[in-house]
Amino acid sequence: MLYREVGQFKTSYAADQAIFPIAQDRWFVLALVVFAFIGVPLIANQYLYTEVLIPVLILSLAAIGLNILTGYCGQLSLGTGGFMAVGAYAAYNLALRVPEVNLILVFLFGGLMATLVGILFGLPSLRIKGFYLAVATLAAQFFLEWAFARVKWFTNYAPSGSVAVGQLDVFGIPIDTPGRHYLLVLSIVVILALAATNLVRGRIGRTWMAMRDMDIAAEIIGIRPLHAKLSAFAISSFYIGVAGALWGFVRLGSWEPLAFDINRSFQVLFMVIIGGLGSILGSFLGAAFIVLTPIFLNQLPNLIGISLSTAAISHIEFMLFGALIVFFLIVEPHGFARLWAIGKEKLRLWPFPY
Amino acid sequence: MLGPILETLIGGLLTGILYSLVALGFVLIFKASGVFNFAQGAMVLFAALALARLSEVMPFLLALALSALIMIALAYAIEFLVLRHLVNQEGIILFMATLGITYFLDGFGQSVWGSDIYKIRLGLPQDPIFILESMFPGGLLIDPAELVAAVICAVMVAVLAVFFQVTRVGRALRAVADDHQAAQSVGIPLNHIWLMVWAVSGLVALVAGMIWGAKLGVQFSISLVALKALPVLILGGLTSIPGAIVGGLIIGAGEKLAEVLLSPVLIRWFDLAGGGIENWFAYVLALVFLLVRPQGLFGERIIERI
Repeated sequence: MLYREVGQFKTSYAADQAIFPIAQDRWFVLALVVFAFIGVPLIANQYLYTEVLIPVLILSLAAIGLNILTGYCGQLSLGTGGFMAVGAYAAYNLALRVPEVNLILVFLFGGLMATLVGILFGLPSLRIKGFYLAVATLAAQFFLEWAFARVKWFTNYAPSGSVAVGQLDVFGIPIDTPGRHYLLVLSIVVILALAATNLVRGRIGRTWMAMRDMDIAAEIIGIRPLHAKLSAFAISSFYIGVAGALWGFVRLGSWEPLAFDINRSFQVLFMVIIGGLGSILGSFLGAAFIVLTPIFLNQLPNLIGISLSTAAISHIEFMLFGALIVFFLIVEPHGFARLWAIGKEKLRLWPFPY
Repeated sequence: MLGPILETLIGGLLTGILYSLVALGFVLIFKASGVFNFAQGAMVLFAALALARLSEVMPFLLALALSALIMIALAYAIEFLVLRHLVNQEGIILFMATLGITYFLDGFGQSVWGSDIYKIRLGLPQDPIFILESMFPGGLLIDPAELVAAVICAVMVAVLAVFFQVTRVGRALRAVADDHQAAQSVGIPLNHIWLMVWAVSGLVALVAGMIWGAKLGVQFSISLVALKALPVLILGGLTSIPGAIVGGLIIGAGEKLAEVLLSPVLIRWFDLAGGGIENWFAYVLALVFLLVRPQGLFGERIIERI
């Protein structure tokens, strides 16, 4: 590769088990994080913040959550939108009814409520498998969507059915500009992504993967399916719930249940598949791809200088988006994460053949 | 009290048959190729749009024949452009591919055929008919259009059953459904069979699109009917044609009865802003059935080995 890993000896267990065992990787990731925190705010404008960076980060978090469940534990779920809604509405209700609570705790509360609901809807997974389970999780999606549209208490008896949050502030710092929104989201996503990376490397992540690869064999070697599956549902729902709360509070500001409909579930599932099942990095890449593609397709007619009606543009957008998904699945069914791994492996030896 | 409930029940059963019509398309493809084809709903919409627009400019039967050809061509295109390249991939990848096809077809159909609401005129009788007037005051109201739809559906199931049981192709289809490798080793061409299955389910989509289009008008929301077919599918079992029919009846009757009987209770207890539990009741009903029989009512029992 452009750098060599030669001469970097691991002399302790800690060094052997580091997340980034190679020094150059470590520095690269550190530089990337520093750039995201310091460099980006220097160059980004409002459009970049609100339309690109914040959605990508929040949906990456949701994708990490779904990846834990689908990519690591092998339980296909189509209820992501519903769990995001739980996070958003739980956070809204806490912020509304106990205004003095810190915003971070509000988000965590959203995540915890989503965890409870996730465990509840995860219970059938102990009996139902595969596509049967996928359709069963749709029950969660439609039921939750319906509950937030119909139960008036959740929306504080708002006549329009939509809810809005007021001024956000964390530890006395008002979060009022897109730049500050971005930094808040970035901090939460970085911490949770790091936690997820460690979770999936640890004991619990290994039980999930054993469950995914062959559940009966996993059971025989002593992994309890109840614990493995429900913990995957719980942690996945926590991530998705926090992402939902962030989406409602930071990205939207005011929302209706429609913001978390089944298309949101499919969107996040696309991110996980296109990014790569069972990869945290893939969740970020997939989210970036799925958020950026429609923006690009939207600009395409302007770029090549033809004018079309808005309806025609949206139809063509649908077409191209669908075609791109199919194209990527055919070219690399294991997603961007796999492409990245292949590229890295190739570059490791480059320019020598072996 | 019994009269209205019975009326709801009959209405629900008739709607349920229409659900099973959509579910049938899913089952055919899943049985033969193991693909969970989410695009079935989009195919229904596409077929209905084609039929509605074509019948504006030509006689209905000609339009029907032409739409059938279009659906077969579509099946060919899907097999040739997508499925052929995804052989041996995991189920979830194929499922995602059909989701991509769904997006594509939704956009493609509406760009080609237009996105307004169109009508399909089947010349179905419109006046409601009343039965059992001697037993209930005023009799029970039945929508004759739904009755005709149910008959069409029954005929189609019968035709499919004969096709599967008696014909040479049908036997090959069952062989492939049983075991891909064994079927291939006795010389059944897998690609042809898949093409055939997609074409047949395209035609089933055309019939479903025709009937739903006549009922609701041809518009984007038709593709959402597919979401109603999913609980039917898992309730009956993903691989069973009779399951699709029985599941449709249970779901159709269950959700209509729930809307009438359960909705007012829920509204009173939880102070809801309106009912509409039809949206999720079918799924919860299917879920409850699955907890008892995880492979659906008629699905093949899953035997797992290490």
